[in-house]
Amino acid sequence: MALAEFGKQIAAALPGAVRSQAVVRGELTLDIELGEIARVLKFLRDDPNCQFKMLIDICGVDWPQREKRFDVVYHLLSLSKNHRIRVKLETDENTPVATVVPLFPAANWFEREAFDMYGITFADHPDLRRLLTDYGFSGFPLRKDFPLTGHVELRYDDDLKRVVYQPVQLVQEFRDFDFMSPWEGARFILPGDEKADVVKK
Amino acid sequence: MPEIEDNHITLNFGPQHPAAHGVLRLVLDLDGEIVTRIDPHIGLLHRGTEKLIEHKTYMQALPYFDRLDYVAPMNQEHAFALATEKLLGLEVPQRGQYIRVLYSEIGRLLSHLLNTTTQALDVGALTPPLWGFEEREKLMVFYERASGSRMHAAYFRTGGVHQDLPPELLEDIYKFCEHFPKVLDDIEGLLTENRIFKQRNVDIGVLSRADAEAWGFTGVMLRSTGLAWDLRRAQPYECYSELDFKIPVGKNGDCFDRYLMRMEEMRQSTHIMTQCIEKMPSGPVVSTDHKIVPPRRAEMKRSMEALIHHFKLYTEGYHVPVGEVYAAVEAPKGEFGVYLVSDGSNKPYRCKIRAPGFPHLQALEHMCKGHMLADISAVLGSLDIVFGEIDR
Repeated sequence: MALAEFGKQIAAALPGAVRSQAVVRGELTLDIELGEIARVLKFLRDDPNCQFKMLIDICGVDWPQREKRFDVVYHLLSLSKNHRIRVKLETDENTPVATVVPLFPAANWFEREAFDMYGITFADHPDLRRLLTDYGFSGFPLRKDFPLTGHVELRYDDDLKRVVYQPVQLVQEFRDFDFMSPWEGARFILPGDEKADVVKK
Repeated sequence: MPEIEDNHITLNFGPQHPAAHGVLRLVLDLDGEIVTRIDPHIGLLHRGTEKLIEHKTYMQALPYFDRLDYVAPMNQEHAFALATEKLLGLEVPQRGQYIRVLYSEIGRLLSHLLNTTTQALDVGALTPPLWGFEEREKLMVFYERASGSRMHAAYFRTGGVHQDLPPELLEDIYKFCEHFPKVLDDIEGLLTENRIFKQRNVDIGVLSRADAEAWGFTGVMLRSTGLAWDLRRAQPYECYSELDFKIPVGKNGDCFDRYLMRMEEMRQSTHIMTQCIEKMPSGPVVSTDHKIVPPRRAEMKRSMEALIHHFKLYTEGYHVPVGEVYAAVEAPKGEFGVYLVSDGSNKPYRCKIRAPGFPHLQALEHMCKGHMLADISAVLGSLDIVFGEIDR
């Protein structure tokens, strides 16, 4: 398929930057090294065969069990070639990702959003403030370890005549039903089960 | 006495300003009446949709999409449905595709009617919204007759649409399509050659094509710079490749062009709707794979197997294979995309919503710098922003 060939060309043109590339469900994905994002995106934007001049989206994905817990995912679109590409890299809470705002001005808010939601930092970003959450908000709401209900709630206090913040008080415990079928899909850790694997080995 | 030369003012605009189209707060730096800096503060309507979706099954996640761009709800559902179908490898039957296209175009009319007429309201014309909203009401009745709800339809399900349309409804939509261009003529009669409307919109918020690309503009905003890019044509989904329609493009990239294009797009959408009704094939409207699509209710009452499927799908839901996928539709405001990551369970692991209004609003400072304060509301009007989708 042409797209697989295209992916190989890009990987060959960027030695040391592309860790792997794959075409799955008709979508080309590049896995790249953390430090190489600016070089890769500049190549993808300026190379006459690529022409990915439009940055569609930047977002984070959280995988808390991984050592480098965050994926940063860039989606690019080429209007002249009618191609899409996805560029992914891995980072953790402490390692900043180089900003791509000088290459794509549209990256500004997308990076701010990723910072706001996941706490992924972007080095040399011109204005890395929170974007969507409340003024004075703390925590990173889209991380998997952040509770769905959040930590604070606000209400209008009639005595103080202003809005006050207070810790979340749930009248009823948050119900997260486990509908997974016991026959397929679900993994139950039953005491003693781990021994079954040991015996097999 | 020497005159004080410093005309520097910092002004807070919103968050409840009627011309802000929702809850937008702008911190403006002005030099007299000239705008020198704009800092939009968004997120006042942030509801954590993406977080909520991670805690819901795929079927429960779908109605959240109605609540994003609540002006054209079904177009958003469409992107999510396409993304899950892509992961599942599910085919939508022909009739389902035509119904989806028909209702996506109704959504486009809903959105453009609201936008063009309120853009006129922002610059001082009161009548167009009154006329436009009358038509919107009729379109919402079509929504209601198909799905039971005027706005929050939850009608596009994975695998097709929830229910078939009654024939009388198709007849009524057809009648609407015959009469609607006359309403557009009336609205255009009020605005297109209107001296005040032109003074407020021509050459305001001009954007070059290179800038539009760099700032991630899509939809009408991108096409107004003269580039005929429309996902319905460039990367066709559903049955758009079988339908005949034209893509209006702008010349100057200003607010007035965008108004004219939206008016023309409404005519094209009406044309698409007419074709959909004429070509509408018979057959099922939703995939018959009952491991994913719940059985019909009548069937559920009689068949044991259907009952089991019904129970499993409405409690556990369906499992989606591991993988990631990006699906986009040409929503009225531009490219609306959904990036879906599945870990093989019954809930999306990550669902990033790419709203077209988000990059558009981001470029507001770039577009308005050096303009007068009063032009901001004209540019905001033509940006076509809805906070449901920007704040998510």
